[in-house]
Amino acid sequence: MTPAADPMLPRVARVRARRRESPDVFTLEIAPDGPGAGAFAAGQFNMLTAFGVGEVPISLSGDPGDPSRLIHTIRAVGSVSGALGRLKKGDMIGLRGPFGRGWPMEAAAGCDVVLVAGGVALAPLRPALYRLLAERERYGNVTLLYGARSPDDILFRRELETLRRRLDVDIEVTVDHAVSEWHGHVGVVTTLIPRAAIDPPNTVAFICGPEVMTRFTIMALREAGVADEAIYLAMERNMKCAVGFCGRCQFGGDFVCRDGPVFPYARVRSILALKEI
Amino acid sequence: MEIENLDRIVREHPFFAGLDEAFCRLVSGCAQNVRFDAGQFLCHEGAATDRFYLIRKGRVALQFTAPGRGAMTFQTVGEGEIVGVSWLIPPYHWTHDAKALDLVRAIAMDATCLRDKCEADHDLGYELMKRFVPALVQRLQATRLQILDVYGTPA
Repeated sequence: MTPAADPMLPRVARVRARRRESPDVFTLEIAPDGPGAGAFAAGQFNMLTAFGVGEVPISLSGDPGDPSRLIHTIRAVGSVSGALGRLKKGDMIGLRGPFGRGWPMEAAAGCDVVLVAGGVALAPLRPALYRLLAERERYGNVTLLYGARSPDDILFRRELETLRRRLDVDIEVTVDHAVSEWHGHVGVVTTLIPRAAIDPPNTVAFICGPEVMTRFTIMALREAGVADEAIYLAMERNMKCAVGFCGRCQFGGDFVCRDGPVFPYARVRSILALKEI
Repeated sequence: MEIENLDRIVREHPFFAGLDEAFCRLVSGCAQNVRFDAGQFLCHEGAATDRFYLIRKGRVALQFTAPGRGAMTFQTVGEGEIVGVSWLIPPYHWTHDAKALDLVRAIAMDATCLRDKCEADHDLGYELMKRFVPALVQRLQATRLQILDVYGTPA
């Protein structure tokens, strides 16, 4: 194995831009470090290194149809993500990936597709939304249901407002808490499911959010009549090597980094709520 | 004519989906068509719950008001949903405000009338409970998620 092909060896790339999305969330645009280096599938992630601090797995949040830009949307919660948040245009960043299995875009063809996202986890679902819109004729109704903590925490707000003007996609946003100036929905994201314009027996659902939200969302989707086999979810575990060597992210018989992060619900249903796993 | 229309409207509301014809007529006897303009209140916290609402059109914000913080919305309710469950439980007082966010059309159900009919006919009471309990459970689940603050910064 040549060093360049070693999946454990970070490549050095440059930050092209940094944008603030909300008080604690920012987006980094990274220049791909060579031809074809920006290709990825919706739902995949990269390992990003803040040199001298550490490495973290971060989902790609950009458009898979535009390999000229590697986009990552990150919440500053720890030392590494905090250091990434201090990078400026032109700074060096370490990059490994892309890794993992993404959203099943092919399996969803011909079906209504409902994307359910919570909090900053809208970011890993955004590439799937781009794909659905880029190949709009291949899918039935496309619906995004997005829940945020408060109106100030809504991610990609301008983009969502622009998308809402399209006639071929339904975008519903709700917040958990709001003051009276907010005139949108208030309530958890699961309350949007019964109102969604979907044909449950012909619907594929992609869920991305905190695990508790994911479990409640699955309950609501099943209640609405969506089949277990048509539900896909992104799992969050502490990923380290990203290639299934270290076992840190083992989840039952799978490694989240290698076999996920997107899993069919039917595959993980029996162990999803087990505390021991 | 008015009663026939109300009967149809009540029967077609998702909350009463599948309700027996005879029960529908009983329920319709307690119903009244109402509308609220944006900004008007359907109810105020602490007031007697003399009615509950089946929303037909528009959205309603359920709110608490706290000193220094103003009105805080904890839930919005829309078409096909209900506003008001405290008419079922003594002392029959509203536990929140409900404000129309846009033009709201609703059916107001007279709470005393309906309670009396449920007392007189427990089968009707059971049918209503079968509709209210899932709505309450759904709100309980939603409240749990809200309390957990799952999108907040991990400790």
